[in-house]
Amino acid sequence: MIESLFPNGIAHYLVGGLFIGLGVATLFALTGRQGGASTFFSACWSWLIKTPFFQQGAFLGSRNWRLVYSIGFVLGGLLYLALGLPQAASQMPAWKLAVGGLLIGYGGRLGGGCTSGHGICGMASLNLGSISVVLTFMATGFATALLLKAMGWGV
Amino acid sequence: MHNRLALLVTLVAGVLFGFGLSWATMIRPEVVISFLTFDDLGLLFVLGAATGLNLLVFQLLPRLRKRALLGAEFEKRPFNADRKSLLGGALFGIGWGICGVCPAPALAGLGAGNTDLLIAVVAIFIGALLHGLLAGRAKAAN
Repeated sequence: MIESLFPNGIAHYLVGGLFIGLGVATLFALTGRQGGASTFFSACWSWLIKTPFFQQGAFLGSRNWRLVYSIGFVLGGLLYLALGLPQAASQMPAWKLAVGGLLIGYGGRLGGGCTSGHGICGMASLNLGSISVVLTFMATGFATALLLKAMGWGV
Repeated sequence: MHNRLALLVTLVAGVLFGFGLSWATMIRPEVVISFLTFDDLGLLFVLGAATGLNLLVFQLLPRLRKRALLGAEFEKRPFNADRKSLLGGALFGIGWGICGVCPAPALAGLGAGNTDLLIAVVAIFIGALLHGLLAGRAKAAN
C-alpha cells in the first residue's frame, strides 16, 4: 500500500520541501515579506505598461525584490544542475505548457496567488481565503489531470 | 531596512527555494502530474514540510518579535476569497493539471536546464498580462 502510494520513496520530497520552506522562512524572518511567486509575473509588466492597474503601488513597491527573488529560483535550479545532481528529462508537450501556462498565469493572478503564495504563505498564515483557494485549485487540478489520463492524454 | 542586505537575503531565499524545488523533483512536470493522478503522492511531503516549517515561523516569530530581523514590519496577508478569486483558483488548477507546472517550478526548472519550460514561463507572463488588462478595463467600466 505505502509502496504503491510512494513508488519513489519520500526522502527527497521531504528534504526538498524543507529547503523550499527554509527559503520562504528566511525571507519572512529577515525581511518580513511573504514570498509568493506569482505576483512577479504581474509586477514585471509595470516596467512596460503604464495603465493604472499595472502602476498600482503593490507592484511598484515590490517589483525589485520580486525580480531578485525570481532570479534566485532560476539560480537555485542552476546550482542543482551545476552540482551534477540527478535529474530526469521531461517530455511535456509544448501545447500543454502553452495552454497550461496561460491558465496558470491568468488564474493565478485572478486568484490572488499560487502554490507558494496561497499554498505555503497563506496556509502558514492560517488565512481562510488562501486555504479555500488552495482547496479549489487542488480539486480542479486533480480533476483535470485524472480526466486527461482517462482520455489517454496523460503523461 | 538595509536595502542591499535585504536584496541579498531575498536572492539567497530564492536560491534555497529553487534548489529545494529541484531536489524535490517538482521542477519535472511529470512528477506533478503523477501526484495529481494519485500515482505518486510524494508531493504531500513537499507541501507538508514547506508549509509545516513556515506555520511555526509565521505563527511564532511575530509573537516573539515586533519586527523582522532586518527591521521591517511583518507583512500580513489581508486576503479574503470571493467568487473571482475562487474562479481564478479553479482556472489555475486546470492549468496545473494540464501541464504540471506552477510559477516557481517553471523558473527553477528553466535554471536546471529544461529549456522547454521557457514556453510555460512566457505563457504565464501572457496570462498575467491578460488578467491585468481585463481587470483594468473592468475597473474603468465601474
